[in-house]
Amino acid sequence: MAIKRLLIANRGEIAVRIIRAAKELGIATLQVHSAADAESLAVKMADEAINIGPPMASKSYLNIASILKAAADTGADAVHPGYGFLAENADFADAVEAAGLIWVGPKGDAIRVMGDKVAARVAAESAGVPVVPGSDGRIDDPVQARSIALAIGFPVMIKAAAGGGGRGIRIAHDMEEFDRLLPQASAEAKAAFGDGGLYVEKVIERARHIEVQILGDGTNVIHLFERECSLQRRRQKVWEEAPSAALPQAMREKLCASAVALAKAVNYRGAGTLEYLYDDASSHFYFIEMNTRIQVEHPITEMITGIDLVREMLRIAGGEPLRYTQDQVHLTGHAIEARICAEDPAQGFKPGPGTITHLKVPGGPGVRFDTLLYQGYTVPPFYDSLLGKLIVWDETRAMALTRMARALAELEVGGLPTTKPLHQALARDAGVQAGQFDTRWLEPWLEQNAHMLGEESKAL
Amino acid sequence: MSKQILSPLPGTFYSKPSPDQPAFKAVGDAVAVGDVIGLIEVMKSFNEVMADQAGTLVGFIAEDEEPVMAGQPLIELD
Repeated sequence: MAIKRLLIANRGEIAVRIIRAAKELGIATLQVHSAADAESLAVKMADEAINIGPPMASKSYLNIASILKAAADTGADAVHPGYGFLAENADFADAVEAAGLIWVGPKGDAIRVMGDKVAARVAAESAGVPVVPGSDGRIDDPVQARSIALAIGFPVMIKAAAGGGGRGIRIAHDMEEFDRLLPQASAEAKAAFGDGGLYVEKVIERARHIEVQILGDGTNVIHLFERECSLQRRRQKVWEEAPSAALPQAMREKLCASAVALAKAVNYRGAGTLEYLYDDASSHFYFIEMNTRIQVEHPITEMITGIDLVREMLRIAGGEPLRYTQDQVHLTGHAIEARICAEDPAQGFKPGPGTITHLKVPGGPGVRFDTLLYQGYTVPPFYDSLLGKLIVWDETRAMALTRMARALAELEVGGLPTTKPLHQALARDAGVQAGQFDTRWLEPWLEQNAHMLGEESKAL
Repeated sequence: MSKQILSPLPGTFYSKPSPDQPAFKAVGDAVAVGDVIGLIEVMKSFNEVMADQAGTLVGFIAEDEEPVMAGQPLIELD
């Protein structure tokens, strides 16, 4: 049943992106918003807007009862969750379907399996997808732990089975260190999570973050090639590219085929991304996790394939089969996305909400700016700092880098600090131009170049 | 004479270090210059609010988990 009235359970630039796709399909758009977002671009663009609560996300964008009530009150027949907030909340997905609405995403059960790191790892292994070498699940016996560490090779990471957010993680470089750290890690896990169970995993020291975009209709699955997101700060992606500059064609085919195999194994429906670590030196890739939603950096995939991912999500959720077979998906040229955030790179990325006093959006061939900004808009302090995504496409990676530099020079945002100077410095950096980076490249680079980001900020 | 401590930033005010812990300061507590009296969350980053005046906490003007503007009074001291 095709969607007629879509409720957008998100905010910011992704809400704007979803509204645009819905409008092109003739779908009415119902935008929920917190009290702090009444003047947002998404609210202005949508056909209807519904206030669902106070600024704090837990009382509005994370408030399931409030969102479902808004859907009922406005006669919505579908819910798009965007990314973040409730997008990977399986209970919300179930609640939406239980209310008789279409959930624009995979089934709650698929979210549950792929959202759980251990379950996803098991699913990957049974689909023949390589995972980071480690113990298959938890280990409680120190003798067994030692033999696993020896088998996978040092350095190894010791993690709490019940853990998360980096707590309880220890890295051992040899057996002596392993013997010393194992009891500590177990004690800390017991104290923090009430469960001393551990698992052991190989440390991939110089890894690139490479992810594969897939689309499925519950029966068939296609891939839309990969994105590389190795430039990260505090595990947050800063700059993304498609395709990866580091992946040989044969490896690309293997990687993308593995993603399709895994998504097929769980009868995946909708848009999803499988994240991998890729080790240049050994040419090995390892599945780490799946994101069961649209991602921030989806536009670079749209630029290299010409396929509108958000529109396809809406069509699939409305019951249509995939409109493309794998051999109809072609990779053309190179795309780069720079995340423009309200943070000051010269002051330790201090966030700075405020009112937009001046805005000049870049244009011209191969340039796209997905943003929540408009002149006079006041960016509220209650949500993340993403203001927009500057996306460029060109025939080659070198040309795309030149185009990114040109587009960044055109972008002017007045009234608050932005990360534009960081992206300008990255676009002209020799390491970035050579594609020589991994997930641990950006943070030391930021330390070495802090002075430069400062000067440039002042000059602007 | 009563004194107020103002929010240095716009964002969400928290009177507790985490939801399951007691408040940084309770009514009747002594507050010294430099004491942390709360947190302001700005775009997912948490900033400690330090007292720039000393006194006894008389009451909260801003409520826990509520939005505040920069310059808005948070607590009252005596």
